[in-house]
Amino acid sequence: MQYLIIIISSIFINNIVLAKFLGICPFLGVSKNTSTAVGMGAAVVFVMTLSTIMTYLVQHYILLPLGIAYMQTVTYILVIAFLVQVVEIILKKVSPDLYQALGVYLPLITTNCTILGVAILVIQNNFNLLQSVVFAVGNSVGFTLAIALFSTIREQLDNADLPEYMQGIPAALITASILSMAFMGFAGLV
Amino acid sequence: MEQPISLKDNFLKGVIKENPVFVLLLGCCPTLGVTSSAVNGLGMGAATAFVLVMSNLAIALVKNVIPDKVRIPAFIVIIAAFVTVVQLLMAAYTPALNEQLGLFIPLIVVNCIVLGRAEAFASRNTAGASMIDGLGMGVGFTFALLLLGTIRELLGNLSLFGYKLVEADGILIFVLAPGAFITLGFIIATMKWLKDRENKKSH
Repeated sequence: MQYLIIIISSIFINNIVLAKFLGICPFLGVSKNTSTAVGMGAAVVFVMTLSTIMTYLVQHYILLPLGIAYMQTVTYILVIAFLVQVVEIILKKVSPDLYQALGVYLPLITTNCTILGVAILVIQNNFNLLQSVVFAVGNSVGFTLAIALFSTIREQLDNADLPEYMQGIPAALITASILSMAFMGFAGLV
Repeated sequence: MEQPISLKDNFLKGVIKENPVFVLLLGCCPTLGVTSSAVNGLGMGAATAFVLVMSNLAIALVKNVIPDKVRIPAFIVIIAAFVTVVQLLMAAYTPALNEQLGLFIPLIVVNCIVLGRAEAFASRNTAGASMIDGLGMGVGFTFALLLLGTIRELLGNLSLFGYKLVEADGILIFVLAPGAFITLGFIIATMKWLKDRENKKSH
């Protein structure tokens, strides 16, 4: 039950993009068509789950025993950058198909603030390992849902007749605003 | 050879012509996330500006020592070090603001402006010019956050820097998540319009 609550609240109520404002750059940058948006989302699910496990272990078995928790930011970003590289190399070798699908998005993920953000939130919320994994999966699925929904709307937006200065980013931002309002309707669900 | 630009132009380009938020659209997460009030916007802007100036300076100084291949990881470590400094300073001296900004302080590491300026400017210019560039970008970013924060606080809360102007309820949606998106959308549209008008005038 507790895990179900974490999942629902991280996907719908506290959606990482639309309520917590993390990962806005890829949200605006790679949402021009649905297939790239879904690809990006899948890559995020993959990397976020792995990196949250890694940073959790680093925090509890290296940083805390050594009493250097203030090195959190520096270590985490290195662990994430390292992990992204390793995932890229392994995928290339083991599953060329998956690499084809996710490859181009992987380098972009290092500077995707959702990854570092979730790694830090897990520690702030005092989750245990299983809760952390569930939280990471929930948030990354939330990210995928938001970006996929948004991209379907943006595809339609291209055909809309908009005032000259509203075209492009301003219209996208206002669409995001309305989407975010829709997600506010989930508040109070849990 | 590129024409060396004057100090003033180097500083001003970050504030206006290449404003990181309104023109380059970098660093959107903190821009939207913390600007529910003017004070938060100002605090976040100042913290980012500090990191920008210091990391630009440090990177410009060590750029010849770093091998080209490991350039990006090296830059990230330098930036992360300065972010940690800011984090510890804010926790010690401005605990209330630190609480408000929360997660967004460590996330300055992955703010695209900082790494973007390191790569695009500091890695190929002198230390002095890089500091000025960092300062200009920092001021531009702070200005953008302050503007967004002020508008949202005014509309959403009818207050300015925490002082209530009118004793009434504001339009609550502006301090919530949707308000951030909609305000930024309209600001960017206005910027486009202003720029276009200027271009037409000069022709």
